[in-house]
Amino acid sequence: MTATEAAAKPATRSAARRARARLSEGKKAERRLGWLLCAPAAIVMLAVTAYPIAYSVWLSFQRFDLKFPDEREFVGLANYATVLTNGYWWTAFGVTMLITVVTVAVELVLGMGLAWVMFRTVVGRGLVRTAALIPYGIVTVVAAFSWKYAWTPDTGYLASVVGDGAPLTERASSLAIIMLAEIWKTTPFMALLLMAGLALVPEDLLKAASMDGATGWQRFTRVILPVMKPAILVALLFRTLDAFRVFDNIYVLTAGANNTSSVSMLTYNNLMRGLNLGIGSTMSVLIFLAVAIIAFVFVKLFGTAAPGSSEEGKR
Amino acid sequence: MTASKWRWGLIDLVVIVFALVPVLWIASLSFKTPATITDGHFIPREWTLENYRNIFATDQFVRALVNSIGIGLIATVIAVVLGTMAAYAIARLDFPGKRLLIGISLLIAMFPQVSLVSPLFEIERSLGLFDTWPGLILPYVTFGLPLAIYTLSAFFRQIPWDLEKAAKMDGATQGEAFRRVIAPLAAPGVFTTAILVFIFCWNDFLFAISLTSTERSRTVPAALSFFQGASQFEDPTGAISAAAVVITVPIILFVLFFQRRIVSGLTSGAVKG
Repeated sequence: MTATEAAAKPATRSAARRARARLSEGKKAERRLGWLLCAPAAIVMLAVTAYPIAYSVWLSFQRFDLKFPDEREFVGLANYATVLTNGYWWTAFGVTMLITVVTVAVELVLGMGLAWVMFRTVVGRGLVRTAALIPYGIVTVVAAFSWKYAWTPDTGYLASVVGDGAPLTERASSLAIIMLAEIWKTTPFMALLLMAGLALVPEDLLKAASMDGATGWQRFTRVILPVMKPAILVALLFRTLDAFRVFDNIYVLTAGANNTSSVSMLTYNNLMRGLNLGIGSTMSVLIFLAVAIIAFVFVKLFGTAAPGSSEEGKR
Repeated sequence: MTASKWRWGLIDLVVIVFALVPVLWIASLSFKTPATITDGHFIPREWTLENYRNIFATDQFVRALVNSIGIGLIATVIAVVLGTMAAYAIARLDFPGKRLLIGISLLIAMFPQVSLVSPLFEIERSLGLFDTWPGLILPYVTFGLPLAIYTLSAFFRQIPWDLEKAAKMDGATQGEAFRRVIAPLAAPGVFTTAILVFIFCWNDFLFAISLTSTERSRTVPAALSFFQGASQFEDPTGAISAAAVVITVPIILFVLFFQRRIVSGLTSGAVKG
C-alpha cells in the first residue's frame, strides 16, 4: 500500500509540474497576445504625448523666438524666471483657478440636481436625458458664439436684461459670462457621472432609512452621499482638470481682453501671436506641472479610486 | 400622484428650456435677414435662408466642412480599431502591464492639451505635418483613445463570452462563432464608442486652430473664428450662426437617435472603468 502510494506521489507531482508548464506556455501566449493588442494604442498615445512633453522641456531651456531664429541659444532656467515673474502669467493663473473653483463647485450642485431629475423623473425621462445631452455634445465654439451674441448689446436678448453697457467689455461681467458658458456646457457631463453613482444607491437602504424616520435631507447626507462618494470624486477630478484647460469659450467670448485670459489662452497667444516657442514651451511645462499637482493632491487627499483601479480599490 | 407628475413635468420643462435656449438662439439668428439680425428678438420677424445659401456658396465653409467630416471620421475609425484591440485585451486577457496601460490612458484623458500645442507645432512643422489632415488626426486619435479604451472595456466586460464556447460546441467554427455571436453583441458598444470619439473630434478647437493655417485642413470650429462677411463692412453674425447650426445638426441627430446608448457609454466608462 505504502509502496504504491509513494510511487504515485512523484508521478502526480510531475504531472502537476507538466500541467503548470503547459499552463505557463498558455499564459505566455496570452501575455504575448495582450501586449500585441495593446501595443499600437500605447505607442500612439506615448508618441503624441510623452515625446512632445519631453521636447517641450528641452525647448523651455532655450531662447527660441521664431521671429529671430538665429538667436536661438541655451539659456537654462531664464525662461522660467521670465514667466514666473510676469504679472500676466499670474493674472491668467488666478483667472484659471477662479474659473475652475467656481464652475466646478456650481456644477457639482447643479449636476447633482440634474442627475436626480434624470434618474427619478416620472414623466418624460427620455426627453430630459436627450435635452441634457445637447450641451454635452454641442461644439463648444458654437455655444460660445451663441452666448456672445446673446450678450452683445442690441443684437442679444440677454444684454438688455442686465441694463445698458456691454457686459463683454468689462472684466467682472466677462468672467461671469465665461463661467456661465462653461457651466451650461459641462453640467450635463457632471450629472451623467453622478447619475451613474446614484444608480448604485440600493433602494432598500433608502426605504429602511425612511422607515427609521430619516428626513429627506438626512437620507441624502447619510445614505446617498456616502454611497456616491467614489462617483463624486471621479466626477470632481475629471471636471477640475477639464476646467483648468478652459480655452474655447474665452477665445470666442473675449479673446482674453480685459485680463480674462486663462493660462491656455496665454500660452496660445504667446505661441501663435508672439511666435515665441521658448516662452510658450515654458508655459506648457508649467501647466503640465500644475495639472499633475492637482491630480496628485486629489488622489492623496481623497484617495480617489481612479477608474480602472477599481478592481482592487473599491470592491 | 398627478400632483407629483405635474411637479416633475415642471422641473423637466426647466431643464429642457435651460438646455435648449442657446441652441434655439443661434438657430434663430441664422434665419434672420441682415436688416433684422440686430433687433434682439428671440424669434425672427423676417425669415430667410440667405445665410445658408451664402455659406454654402463660399469655398471657405465647404472646405472646412469636408475637413471636419474627413478628419473626424478617419480619426474615429483609427481610434476605435486600436481601442477595440486594447480594450479586448484589458477585458479578456491577463498580462503584466495592463494596469500601466490603464494608468497611461487615464493620464492622457486628463492631460492639459495646451501643453502639447507648442511642441507639436514645432514637431509638425519640421515633419511637414503642420496644416495637413494627418497633423490633426494624430492628436485626435491620441485623445480619443483613452475614451475608446474606457468605454469599450466596460462594454466588453458585460459580454457573456461563454456563448462563444457554446457556439463552438454546437459545431460553429471560430470564425462563425465570432461573426454570429460575439460581433453582434459587441457592435452596440463599438458603435457607441465611435459616436463619443467622433463628437470629441468634431468639437475640438484648440488643436484645430493651432495646428492649421489655411483652408487645406482647417475644421469648421476653427474656420468659424475666421469668418468675415462677404465684404469688409458686412457683419459675419448671420454666416457664423448658419455655419454653427450646420455643424450642430449631426450632434442633435446623434443625441436624438442614440440617447440611451450615449448615456450608458458615458456612465459605464466612468464608474466601472
